[in-house]
Amino acid sequence: MPRHAVERLGTVTHLSILDETGAVDKALEPDIPETDLLEMHRAMLYGRCFDERMLKLQRQGRIGTFAPIKGQEAAQIGAAAHLRPSDWLVPSFREIAAQIWRGAKPRDIWLFAAGYNEGVAIPEDARDLPLCVPVATQLLHAAGVAYATKYRGEDDIVMTFHGDGATSEGDFHEALNFSGVLDLPVVFVCQNNQWAISLPLAKQTRSKTIAQKAVAYGIPGLRVDGNDILAVWVAAKEAVDRARNEQIPTLLECVTYRMEVHTTADDPTRYRTEDDVAPWRKRDPISRFETYLKAKGLIDDKTLKGMRETFRDALKHDWQETQERIEELDAGDPMGIFDALYAQDYPHITEQKAYFRERLKRERAHG
Amino acid sequence: MTIEITMPALSPTMESGTLSKWLKSEGDSVAAGDIIAEIETDKATMEVEAVDEGTIGKLLVAEGTEDVPVGDVIALLLEDGEDKAALDGAGTQAAEKASAAKADDSASDDNDEPAERPTRPAEPMIADEEEIPAGTEMVKQTVREALRDAMAEEMRRDDMVFVMGEEVAEYQGAYKVTQGLLEEFGDKRVIDTPITEYGFAGLGTGAALGGLKPVIEFMTFNFAMQAIDHIINSAAKQRYMAGGKVDVPVVFRGPNGAAARVAAQHSQNFASWYASVPGLKVVAPYSAADAKGLLKAAIRDPNPVVFLENEIIYGQSFDVPKLDDFVLPIGKAKVVRQGSDVTIVAYSIAVREALAAAETLAEEGIEAEVVDLRSLRPLDLPTVVQSVRKTNRCVVAEEGWPVCSIASEISARLMEDAFDYLDAPVLRVSDEDTPTPYAANLEKLWLLSPDRIVKAVKKVCYRD
Repeated sequence: MPRHAVERLGTVTHLSILDETGAVDKALEPDIPETDLLEMHRAMLYGRCFDERMLKLQRQGRIGTFAPIKGQEAAQIGAAAHLRPSDWLVPSFREIAAQIWRGAKPRDIWLFAAGYNEGVAIPEDARDLPLCVPVATQLLHAAGVAYATKYRGEDDIVMTFHGDGATSEGDFHEALNFSGVLDLPVVFVCQNNQWAISLPLAKQTRSKTIAQKAVAYGIPGLRVDGNDILAVWVAAKEAVDRARNEQIPTLLECVTYRMEVHTTADDPTRYRTEDDVAPWRKRDPISRFETYLKAKGLIDDKTLKGMRETFRDALKHDWQETQERIEELDAGDPMGIFDALYAQDYPHITEQKAYFRERLKRERAHG
Repeated sequence: MTIEITMPALSPTMESGTLSKWLKSEGDSVAAGDIIAEIETDKATMEVEAVDEGTIGKLLVAEGTEDVPVGDVIALLLEDGEDKAALDGAGTQAAEKASAAKADDSASDDNDEPAERPTRPAEPMIADEEEIPAGTEMVKQTVREALRDAMAEEMRRDDMVFVMGEEVAEYQGAYKVTQGLLEEFGDKRVIDTPITEYGFAGLGTGAALGGLKPVIEFMTFNFAMQAIDHIINSAAKQRYMAGGKVDVPVVFRGPNGAAARVAAQHSQNFASWYASVPGLKVVAPYSAADAKGLLKAAIRDPNPVVFLENEIIYGQSFDVPKLDDFVLPIGKAKVVRQGSDVTIVAYSIAVREALAAAETLAEEGIEAEVVDLRSLRPLDLPTVVQSVRKTNRCVVAEEGWPVCSIASEISARLMEDAFDYLDAPVLRVSDEDTPTPYAANLEKLWLLSPDRIVKAVKKVCYRD
């Protein structure tokens, strides 16, 4: 018997609607209401301003390590735009724009980044999980949450984010396999930003695309220009609708670029050059979208300038409020170390607390 | 010469089984490899193959006979050319031998069963009056059945409880702990998973974050090594790192510790690993009643609970209170035998060994008090200290490695909290500090045994 193809195993398509100059492919242009377009633009621009502000705060030692989002705003907003409040967002650690879209408050994000668990405030009405620093573990949590929504007979879906590096972890395999086997309503959004700290995509995988990995799990894989908000929006809509209506999971690869450091503890000049980054500056998701919106007559330079000023003032105010809260917390009761470990107190914890209180008293007494 | 066909052991832990069907009749000839009978154990139905060739001379055990002990002669095979007359003597001898073996069973230490554990104490469990109301009817139940009932009761009580793991549904559990659950609750609540411990531990944690109450079965905790990142980094941390804003009501359960003859990678006690992790609760019961009451508590607990069972005691029967809703508190030890001369602290299967040791010691005039920890985190140290204040001596028995063990923890804590009450150093008795040997004779020497507990007790009593 000669070898023969088992079956046509599926193709991976790449979708792009707005080109690098911001020119739209009229045939593919989605029909998005103007107010929604403006809302998405606002979220992307705010996300950028927030990120820039946060980087400054970190450089001044006001907050701890975090992962900047610069350049990835379209991938996050274009996807999260399809979530209803009762849907779930299961983030990794580089989705600040998506978290804010879902209702996270700047004060809480900063408090968390400064080390205060109080900042893990899940927005009212939203059903998001806290951000997840261990790489890829959130993918299985997302599958589990999706199992829970399906189990209860709800039509809520789960959207989870991960990077290209996460696709090498076992969690990625196990989560996609499980979601396929159990028909789970989950959308895996891969922000393929080309870098896992210093490791380039070519050393992460021999696969030409991330999206093609879906084929092996028997689920759809889509690939889009992740710096093109219209393409992300269209592909994410398809994936979200499929999850909600048919309980079929999708792997959505958004091809983008990490314009900034991996985290604030990283120095990319050690492993990539300006020549690597330069082509991606031209593909900036925000300026590209703004060109489109200007062409439609929805914004102009004056509006943009006004928006930036408003954001700047608001962020200044938000940081002041955050700083006051940090001072309050620092002056507060350190017994919080023991809070929230278990749902109930038990004798061992009570004993530890008593011991710790004594220790503090002794240390304070002896200066 | 006639060949005796005996009741085979289909697994190292099998003690008896049902001879459900003969596939050969008297007078049939058989070749080596022919299937001659079907045998049913609490785990599985298996076929019995002939090892030798010949003619079936006599079937000694009728189809449908239950509880046929492993090693009993079930049929006689005539070798080629052998006359049926040869059966006359042989049959009788074999039958006599079988019944003699049965009569001896409880008294002798059977050397043919190398991995078998020492004799069980006659009355293994003493009901705690505080936990079980006076006059409660008790029923005999195996640990396996008690665990199943605990899950079934909680699933009836709360729609959000579901069971997930390898072989838990169609196969009724690799050790038959989930027997009947699929039939009663359907495949949405009793889920066979792909072979992915890491996957279903992570998915279970996610389902708990999403509002369900998953019971995740590991076929054994040896396989949970694949999943430990989700148990420790996801489940145990999430509440703390979210400032208490999320619950993670997940139970990770399955057999832990050495089984019998399954070698180093399948015979390990991980109790102290999990018990060292803040954010987890860890339970390791011995009796069926405790297994039931504590598993029900674990399922209701809003924190992640690691529930460590033991394969060897799955089939052991205990008195279980016949109550509609028997729930025990996590974090409470139990004095299972009163004594005044020495305290033996143990958990899981080591309680059995400790009770057996206590019987031997009693014959020599040493009254041992046996404390079953039951929960390892939180650890009920006050109950241990209270006992030691009375006996002034302590031995910790653990079926597990000695280094950085639960026994080490108990020893250290007694130094801190009961030093002035100790008349002798606390001793630890455990398995040897090596991987589990596979050879039957070595495994037996390696394992914790009542004999070694007895020796340690004599030492702390200065009676050796």
